Amino acid sequence: MKYLSAIGSYAIMVREVFKKPTKWPIMRNLILKEIDELIFGSLGIIIFISVFIGGVVAIQTALNLTNPLIPKNLIGFATRQSVILEFAPTFTSIIMAGKVGSYITSSIGTMRVTEQIDALEVMGVNSLNYLVFPKIIAMLFYPFIVAIAMYVGIFGGWIANVMGNHSSSAEFVEGIKLDFISFHVTYSFIKSVVFAFIIATIPSFHGYFMKGGALDVGKASTVAFVWSSVVIIILNFILTQLLLG
Amino acid sequence: MIEVVNLHKSFGDALVLKGITTTFEKGKTNLIIGQSGSGKTVFMKCLLGLMNHDEGTISYDGRRWSVLSGDERRDLRQDMGMVFQGSALFDSMTVEGNVMFPLEMFTNQSRSEMEDRVNIVLNRVNLIDAHKKFPSEISGGMQKRVAIARAIVMNPKYLFCDEPNSGLDPNTAILIDNLIQEITKEFDIITVINSHDMNSVMEIGEKIIFLKNGVKEWEGTNKDIFKTDNKAITEFVYSSELFKKVRQMYINEEN
Repeated sequence: MKYLSAIGSYAIMVREVFKKPTKWPIMRNLILKEIDELIFGSLGIIIFISVFIGGVVAIQTALNLTNPLIPKNLIGFATRQSVILEFAPTFTSIIMAGKVGSYITSSIGTMRVTEQIDALEVMGVNSLNYLVFPKIIAMLFYPFIVAIAMYVGIFGGWIANVMGNHSSSAEFVEGIKLDFISFHVTYSFIKSVVFAFIIATIPSFHGYFMKGGALDVGKASTVAFVWSSVVIIILNFILTQLLLG
Repeated sequence: MIEVVNLHKSFGDALVLKGITTTFEKGKTNLIIGQSGSGKTVFMKCLLGLMNHDEGTISYDGRRWSVLSGDERRDLRQDMGMVFQGSALFDSMTVEGNVMFPLEMFTNQSRSEMEDRVNIVLNRVNLIDAHKKFPSEISGGMQKRVAIARAIVMNPKYLFCDEPNSGLDPNTAILIDNLIQEITKEFDIITVINSHDMNSVMEIGEKIIFLKNGVKEWEGTNKDIFKTDNKAITEFVYSSELFKKVRQMYINEEN
């Protein structure tokens, strides 16, 4: 019952976000600020993690290819498939749910605790539109991060493969090109748009409706991360079944 | 005039406001007083429309809150100014940005017109060189002044203040009290203050509503409070020896 009530409140919140829009010049500035904070602010950590995960995928694939009949270009193929299909859209989203989600929950939660949201409401501002809408729009640029994670992840795999002498550079590149299905990239971008909406809205929900003091802001951030991750994992399964099944 | 009739509010089984009826008049500083847990904050949040009441009516110059649409409520809120207990200034904005915020949101004024208006209200609250500072860089008393400036920048008809003196030293508290009273007279607005500061009660309480356990126990002026024989309010107001002596001196002078 408690969960059903929370889902209902979340749906109502999402509807309210799109009502009574804030004046465009103000909204434009808010969106640009959020793009800087949520998208550009996350590039460093995503690039760093992607390089190493791509490298690890390549090494682990190489170490498991003990049969000489299996061609070495499978390392590149497996790295590409892992990175494009799962690592870049899903694993990155879990990281973003932690990094961006906790920022969203704590910033909105702090505004709740310090009555800044009440101040907005008393002024007649649609506080949900003012606070959450720019985050949703900024997160529409999330596929841009996923694209970079794909590129950098495969690049990391190539470096690890070549530096570890698992196969030649030409074999790895050949594997990357092998049986390439462009829809897999589209599938990955579709997932990332859905996950972006989740990363923007679930932490906002937990921050906006939190009760208590400073300690509860931390708790709300943790709960928001857990629920964002759970929803991302479930939606990942559903979208994969729908789009690739 | 703000007219409250038979206001009820409960949370689950707990009845917090039990049929409050009162009025708040123009040009007066109205104080809501009472012990912690008496329902003051809930009453104010109902007046502000931040909480929906269960029963009764609240009318703002004839506009009944419960029958207004969402857009009408937001329009009405633009006639309200609020000074929160913790000031509730936006951390990410400068003092100037905070005060200018309602103008940016709800008017089509040019940048220079908005700056002029901000300068006027910041001067009015005696803040001159703080425009570019952030809330974290100014004192609690200055934050309260910024909050007052932000609350009056749109020329509101109704000004609400939730414990405007909390956390301030006695001198600053008196300055803030006097400022609120001056603004009330100057702009001829309805001011409602939530307080349990006895200095405020004595100094600026032109109308005082005393709440006890969600019931309006007493209503009167700061002069009436000396003469009343209502046990609940005398126990609350004259809980300290100093105030007991002040009251005795006042009664002796009157006699």
